[in-house]
Amino acid sequence: MMAEQKLSVVAKPAGKNRDILKRLFVRLGILPFLLLIALVVFTLMSDNFLTVRNLTNVLRQSVYLTIVAMGQMLALLTGGFDLSVGTTLAISSVVGAMAMVAASTMFPEAVGLAIALGCLAGVLAGTMIGVFNGIGVAFFKVSPFMMSLGMSSVGFGVALYLTGGVPVYGIPVAFGDIFGFGSYLGIPTPVFVMLLLIVLLYVFLYHTRYGRYFYAVGGNTKAASLSGINTTGVLFSTYVLCAFFAAVAGMLLTARLDTGEANIGASMPLETIAACVIAGVSLRGGVGRLENVVLGALFIGLVQNGMNLARIESYLQTVVLGVLLILAVVADQIRLRYVASLKD
Amino acid sequence: MNEMSAPIVSPEPGQKVLLQTQAMTKDYPGVRALDSVDFELLSGEVHILFGENGAGKSTLISILAGANTPTSGTLTVSDEQVEFHSVHAARDYGISSVFQEFSLIPQLSVEENLFLGAEPVKRGLLDRRTMRREARRILKELDFHLNPSSRVDHLTRAEQQMVEIAKAFRSDLSVLILDEPTASLTNHETDQLFALIEQLKKRGIGIIYITHRMAEIRRIGDRITVLRDGRYIDTVDAQSASEDELVQLMTGRNVGAIFPDKVTSVGSEVVLNAQDITTTDDQVVNASISVKAGEIVGLAGLVGSGKSEIAQALFGAKPIKSGSVTFLGSDVTHKTPGQHIENGFLYLPADRRTDGLMMVRSVRENMSLAALNTPAFSKGIFLKRSGERKAADRLASRLNLSPRRIERTVDHFSGGNQQKAMLARSLSREFRLIAFDEPTVGVDVGTRAAIYEFIAELAASGVAIVIISSDLPEILNLTRRAYVFFGGSVQAELDGDMLTEENVLANFFEKEAS
Repeated sequence: MMAEQKLSVVAKPAGKNRDILKRLFVRLGILPFLLLIALVVFTLMSDNFLTVRNLTNVLRQSVYLTIVAMGQMLALLTGGFDLSVGTTLAISSVVGAMAMVAASTMFPEAVGLAIALGCLAGVLAGTMIGVFNGIGVAFFKVSPFMMSLGMSSVGFGVALYLTGGVPVYGIPVAFGDIFGFGSYLGIPTPVFVMLLLIVLLYVFLYHTRYGRYFYAVGGNTKAASLSGINTTGVLFSTYVLCAFFAAVAGMLLTARLDTGEANIGASMPLETIAACVIAGVSLRGGVGRLENVVLGALFIGLVQNGMNLARIESYLQTVVLGVLLILAVVADQIRLRYVASLKD
Repeated sequence: MNEMSAPIVSPEPGQKVLLQTQAMTKDYPGVRALDSVDFELLSGEVHILFGENGAGKSTLISILAGANTPTSGTLTVSDEQVEFHSVHAARDYGISSVFQEFSLIPQLSVEENLFLGAEPVKRGLLDRRTMRREARRILKELDFHLNPSSRVDHLTRAEQQMVEIAKAFRSDLSVLILDEPTASLTNHETDQLFALIEQLKKRGIGIIYITHRMAEIRRIGDRITVLRDGRYIDTVDAQSASEDELVQLMTGRNVGAIFPDKVTSVGSEVVLNAQDITTTDDQVVNASISVKAGEIVGLAGLVGSGKSEIAQALFGAKPIKSGSVTFLGSDVTHKTPGQHIENGFLYLPADRRTDGLMMVRSVRENMSLAALNTPAFSKGIFLKRSGERKAADRLASRLNLSPRRIERTVDHFSGGNQQKAMLARSLSREFRLIAFDEPTVGVDVGTRAAIYEFIAELAASGVAIVIISSDLPEILNLTRRAYVFFGGSVQAELDGDMLTEENVLANFFEKEAS
């Protein structure tokens, strides 16, 4: 067996199938395989899984993770990561809800205005976390790990302090009706928001030079800077953008929950990084595609939904998620080894 | 030319065959890295392995050192047929290697590194006293003046290399493999290394030595074995073989002169004029240089002499404390690299892996990196993706990138082709001045010739060129005028007939009584 593999210069037909599988794996990564396995397993385990209604449900539930994962991807692309996405979610939810409540008591007639003001305040507050992260990482060269870990504690504390640990009630019903539970043409509103953000980020990453700069900074910061790219600026905007995405997700989640919550998003750092890594985003920076990250986030949503339908206990679900993350990293290492052996 | 006979030079009396390979072959999926190679090493000789990047030198020595196993073929060490499955197995037979990347742990001390993996123990605990004594003994035997307890990251590159070599002497040594050992050494350090090699030869140790540098081959080599495309080509005498002959053996074609004709006609316009530059870290002190359009100017000197640092400072990659930089008549002293590129001044760094290229990205993206904001590559903020592809294609064919696959990631190319991907940046937009920092480091002779020609053509088209190089022939044969740096300042400016090897070398070190 070993000898045969070594002499695959003259590939035998028998080894060819394996070779194709190997090449597919190298080209596509682990994600398509995992998706396929998940679809088959959950379809077999539950009759309700492969239905339009359930899959729409998965899509709706995955919106928040997908949006935050898109931001996380930017941080990973530039060679860092953001552990504070969870608190960013919480801060935007709490501040947004409080602003909305205040605005709607001030102008009870203008619900639209109150919603707009609340959203603006929430997104701004969440983005501020990113501004601080960006200042620390880009200007003071603090490691992204320490910076975002510190900020996640700061953000969580602020969110709890503002609310006293109690959910913020009294936001306009219309907000939840439109952005939480509303739908158009049978598609939930949050999905539209997600699609809009995907399109915008796609165009930004692949059709503007600023998008390219994210890859350049992650690919080699020194080379990027010697090629005239403002690497500090790129790094700063990475964390601001990442927080912006998390803040938007935070507002959408607030609409869904009808309250401002300080306790949401705790699982976001792990889940978003998992989504990105499963999608083939390199932890060393410079490598990763947006469309794969979206698929990766949907995959995690799919697995969570499938496990719910299969009545797997929620504690065990956490275990599965952790295992999947590690599996993805292991698969990536194996892939790198294959890449080296399949060089041509 | 392609005969597979055993090496032709017969051993002198007193020399015995230390190591011999027969029909050594190594296959990787889809590639035959080593094809039936016969190689022989005698005691007390320095046997040079010569060949282009990817010719099989590294594969061969990794097999000899036990880091790799051959697909077929035999290895005989001291008349005994052996098979190594680990570096330790090879070491047991007295074969040790010093690769380009040091296998030292920077945070540990010299003695801790020396015995790494073979620490002396007493009742299960580390026996520090024996370790110290043994380390002293080895260092003394080799006449290395190193303190066993100093940390490796506090040593110079040459001293680190000494530690690496001393490591090889932990057990009895008969074969020492050195892979481009002088690549990062200063001239003085190189002298030290060569003195050691002389000493080892006298003790009957055989040395396999990989290098691209002709001067080193002449100085220490006894025999040269040339490999090409994984095959054994020939073994020749190191003293009598001419450079042209070697290049022909290596490339399989008649390359002719490596260096193009010197550019003699120079424009009158001064493109860059730097006056009394001092950097904030004082690595450059009061240095002044100027370059005219179409001129190739060299910056020579030892590592750390300021020759590379001044270029970085002029380019804005290193802060300038005092002095002025004028580019095309306007003051650009404190501009950023981005602004310099905008003005038409590019600096291409010496270390392509750490400073020059995004290894995980495609050749296309690497080529266009410095020109994305030009009309050729983008419109407003949007990229012209097809325009970029076409431009990269054109650059790849202009520089003869091989294989010509612009979407492939850079780390899948050989060193020479990686260098081409970086050099292509100089054509990605209009530049008036380009500074090449060690443009041919780690590049085989064939590619080197192509790079020199490329640079000469750039100059002929009116671009001002600065070449920063530790390779003396490069300075002597390519440039019209050279500045020799020492201690951060210009020690000499040599022009025309004054630009000779003796004059350059004489200024590498501090001038006495001046």
